[in-house]
Amino acid sequence: MVIRALPTREDVLAILDGVMDPEVPVLSVRELGIVRDVDVDAEGRVTVVVTPTYSGCPAIRVIEADIVAALASAGYAESRVRTTYAPAWTTDWISPASRAKLKAYGIAPPGKLESDGLVQLMRARAAAQCPYCDSYETEVRSEFGSTACKSVCWCRACRQPFEEFKAI
Amino acid sequence: MTTPAPASSIVPPPREAPDALFEYLLRLGDDRLVLGQRLAEWCGHGPILEEDIAISNIALDLLGQATMFLRYAGEVEGKGRDEDGLAYFREAVDFRNCHLVELPKGDFAFTIARQFFFDAYALVLLDALARGSNAELAAIAAKALKEVRYHVRHSAEWMLKLGDGTDESHRRVQRAVDDLWRFTSELFAADEIDRAMVDAGVVLDATALQEPWETLVHDVIGRATLTLPNSTPRAASARGGRTGQHTEHLGHMLAEMQIVARSHPGATW
Repeated sequence: MVIRALPTREDVLAILDGVMDPEVPVLSVRELGIVRDVDVDAEGRVTVVVTPTYSGCPAIRVIEADIVAALASAGYAESRVRTTYAPAWTTDWISPASRAKLKAYGIAPPGKLESDGLVQLMRARAAAQCPYCDSYETEVRSEFGSTACKSVCWCRACRQPFEEFKAI
Repeated sequence: MTTPAPASSIVPPPREAPDALFEYLLRLGDDRLVLGQRLAEWCGHGPILEEDIAISNIALDLLGQATMFLRYAGEVEGKGRDEDGLAYFREAVDFRNCHLVELPKGDFAFTIARQFFFDAYALVLLDALARGSNAELAAIAAKALKEVRYHVRHSAEWMLKLGDGTDESHRRVQRAVDDLWRFTSELFAADEIDRAMVDAGVVLDATALQEPWETLVHDVIGRATLTLPNSTPRAASARGGRTGQHTEHLGHMLAEMQIVARSHPGATW
């Protein structure tokens, strides 16, 4: 058995930097903003607090298992994942550097959050920038795409479909 | 990060009576569970691919929201039932959803009109819950509200497309509105459970919810060149879902939804 010193919070965060989102594998769970907190108790047991992107996102179970597995392979066998709902996840937590990674991967990064007003029925937001040709001559084909967090867009300039990370 | 309170500390009881809160959480969870199941029936049958994906996405959001509400309901009840226990091992008479959500999916116009009425209701209700006194419920509502903003925009845009579309689409969605209207009053019918939640500051009263709902509904119906029925006779209005009296449709739906879990209790895969 490998005897290790108690992990620090920073140790755990560094391990989580290597746990990628299963649906958007260019971003780590930290970059996506899913990891909200890390706690290491006096016995070295690790608790990672996560928040789901969408309440029905099926990837969250995979993410929890991936986190526990990554910590176990780093020698921290006694770890668990706890879920929190508040504050609710927002795409505003995705940094400019992470947005650049999304774009390079072919997913238009999330736009600005719309107002918190009760109803904004007709779309009034700015068009997404095409991740392939950088044109703003784009349109939303559907606000519901291959995963809960993405919408389906169409670029009129390069005539290609692309996905956009939905602002939420 | 908050640390768990030591076992010896005194935990103040919730301000509202636990059984009222449990019942209220079942209503919130069951509305979404049943409607999510109805929407999921469109998976693979949508009129166009984008719509098939959209409805399946919305179904998934609703099932996720139901999971959060029912998990909390199980914790409040304190009898060891989790969200799966509540979803798969209760009988129809134990479900607390409104009649609106349990009706068969009908044609696409019916599904969209039902969804629009419900999404608009969810929007105003979750907004109130998110600002209410129950912190756990407020957190769940705030999360769900973000998703419902997308849902209501989807269903409202379809109301406009269908209502202000072809003669056939107009005729079908108008018929759906006419058929569904008598199921909407149940959304705002308050009983002692609702009043307990209002008294505890968990949610606004039914009138305060109904007015913004009607404003939104009238706006979209008008722009969609549709009309609402003038009035519904009180005797014809749907009622009873919140106390377990359901239409014959719920039992059939639950049989299909629950059979795998009941045939193989505790199975994992």
